[in-house]
Amino acid sequence: MGELPGDLKYSKSHEWVRVNDDGTVTVGITDHAQEQLGDMVYVEVPEQGRELEAEEACAVVESVKAASDVYTPLAGTVVEANEALTDSPEMVNQDAYGTGWLMKLKPASSDALDDLMDPGAYQEFIDAE
Amino acid sequence: MGNKTPLFETHKAMGARLVDFAGWDMPIHYGSQIEEHHTVRRDAGMFDVSHMTVVDLVGEQARPFLRHLLANNVDKLQDEGKALYSCMLNEQGGVIDDLIVYFMHESWFRLVVNSGTRDKDIDWINAQAGPFAIDVIEQPELAMIAVQGPNARDKVLSVLDESVRQSVADLKLFFGVEHGDWFIARTGYTGEDGFEIMLPGTEAVAFWNALKDAGVEPCGLGCRDTLRLEAGMNLYGADMDESVSPLVSGLGWTVALDPAERGFIGQAALTKERAAGVKQKFVGLILEDKGVLRNHQKVIVDDAVQGEITSGSFSPTLGRSIALARVPAGTGSACHVEVRGKQLAARVVKPPFVRNGKVQIDLD
Repeated sequence: MGELPGDLKYSKSHEWVRVNDDGTVTVGITDHAQEQLGDMVYVEVPEQGRELEAEEACAVVESVKAASDVYTPLAGTVVEANEALTDSPEMVNQDAYGTGWLMKLKPASSDALDDLMDPGAYQEFIDAE
Repeated sequence: MGNKTPLFETHKAMGARLVDFAGWDMPIHYGSQIEEHHTVRRDAGMFDVSHMTVVDLVGEQARPFLRHLLANNVDKLQDEGKALYSCMLNEQGGVIDDLIVYFMHESWFRLVVNSGTRDKDIDWINAQAGPFAIDVIEQPELAMIAVQGPNARDKVLSVLDESVRQSVADLKLFFGVEHGDWFIARTGYTGEDGFEIMLPGTEAVAFWNALKDAGVEPCGLGCRDTLRLEAGMNLYGADMDESVSPLVSGLGWTVALDPAERGFIGQAALTKERAAGVKQKFVGLILEDKGVLRNHQKVIVDDAVQGEITSGSFSPTLGRSIALARVPAGTGSACHVEVRGKQLAARVVKPPFVRNGKVQIDLD
């Protein structure tokens, strides 16, 4: 497993959050999470416009092994979902922090970012698991 | 920490992801379960299945005992080395385990049973063995390696001792041959040709490495499950258990109700069940919508929940989700499956989905 991207924030349920220039955030699952789950065969992303509470189950990633819920680290509105994953779920395995992103949110509050982990804290968290 | 096979350190060195499997630390995959699946369908892969339990039944009454113990009839075994698949039932006709029995010679039959059911199987066999003059002997020192795929036979033959090569090459399907402490059988759990090889645990690492050098790829138990599912082969504990009979588990073909006088354990219950009309059938499903079928999802027939998926996953060969399911006997060619509150359309098909690398069902 490679280095954790330094510009992201991380949740205890293994999602990552990137703050975009336009104030939206992009959400995905971490490389650690995809490695634990194994080969992805199906991804269900939330509908555009859906309002999410923090830590609400909003997407499902299914590997050959099992289906796992993805929880949004922040409350907000879904402004875009990565529909390309419907046909290419393996992008989550291949590029978890890039083409394997799940959704973009307009966060209800930017303060919530402070509750998430920086790369160092997340690395310690997964090492301790 | 769980039990470890003689290949445990080898798996770690080869990059396996190890998981608990019925109390054993076993490889789930060595990188990609899907790639390993394709390797077995297209070339040759090997599995460490040393966690499985080998039990020898030795004694003059081994055959009469098995006639009583098993739902399939060991009298089908007349040639030495021949294998038979069977269920072992309780009096109610529920499945205690499924197993393979090999006919070694008239006073020696070898059973291979599931690791997850080891304790209860041994207890049951011992309890039934009372009146028969036989010894029940476990063989925990044996390792077992399954080599499967269209190129499995050639690759195995290339590394076998010359003294046994010809007799292994000559093995017909579902036959095995002894070679010293080794037993090599042309059996498997993937729907592909190949061998299951029992050998002393002390020789397992050298043989595994020789196979690797011959181009056989290590495969984890993850793809063993998707391979057997595609092949329409049942998994104990998922597709059947003590609460269901083989007649509603797609295993009627393994039950020899004739002759009636054989009197195997569970025969009376199954005879009654068949006479009353078997209420459910065991079918294959292909998901028509997007998603993945999973164990225990509800199957909806005629607008009501009437069935259940017993094993579901993604089929790498078909690129679609498939399942085995228990549904009402009258179920037609279509149904729905409840997945996270939604009803997804599925087609009812007859397994197997894949055999010998070829898709067996119409995908459109």
